[in-house]
Amino acid sequence: MSMDRVFKALADPTRRRLLDRLHARNGQTLGELCGQTDMTRQAVAKHLAILEEANLIAIAWEGREKHHFLNPVPINDIAERWIGKYERPRLKALSDLKKSLEREE
Amino acid sequence: MSSKYVYVTYIRTSPQKLWDALTRPEFLKKYWFNMTQESDWTPGSSWKMLFEDGRVADAGEILESDPPRRLVIKWRNEFRPELTAEGYSRCVYDLTPDGDVMRLTITHTIDVDNAKLIEAVSGGWPRILSSLKTFLEGGTPLPRTHQS
Repeated sequence: MSMDRVFKALADPTRRRLLDRLHARNGQTLGELCGQTDMTRQAVAKHLAILEEANLIAIAWEGREKHHFLNPVPINDIAERWIGKYERPRLKALSDLKKSLEREE
Repeated sequence: MSSKYVYVTYIRTSPQKLWDALTRPEFLKKYWFNMTQESDWTPGSSWKMLFEDGRVADAGEILESDPPRRLVIKWRNEFRPELTAEGYSRCVYDLTPDGDVMRLTITHTIDVDNAKLIEAVSGGWPRILSSLKTFLEGGTPLPRTHQS
């Protein structure tokens, strides 16, 4: 699985929004994902296919229903490549600080 | 109602090497957060995940074992009472050849809505899978998932 595909898939704001929606509620069907947008079903399906090819979405079938799950493994692979051994706790602290300060505004 | 997560990783390795990495203690400890797993990996046998000091973290049993294709483990958390209370979860490993690489899919479900267990393990799975990939593809396992 090439990292190029992951970066290309993530470069598009519509696709990042689809991932956000799965992050908020995992396992949605195409119909559910279409429900909250003014894009055509075909357009959403095309974006989902690109995310699936990049392995950012995993599919699970339940009967005839196709459910989409956010697969964070490739994003973790990218993070592990550049984040050093002892940096995770410090980065977590900075990220928590940013979140709490930005909430106060 | 239930909670479910699905994780997929692609690893350049053979079916048997991937199966061994998932079931043999000497390989597991190389990439799985300093934890060990005990089982004979046959259907109906018990399964345990242990901390370095020997305390039991999770325990359950093997529901299905079809080497080197599919493994199903039923387990529950044994060290945090609020997670133990949620009962048993079901963890399915599917190992599928895809061209010259292996596709590993982990499907983790529990029959509880918004389960705390699934939430608790969701941070761990991506790191374990990244580390497993690095281990099998010949690199050094990630620093903090490797037993020194």
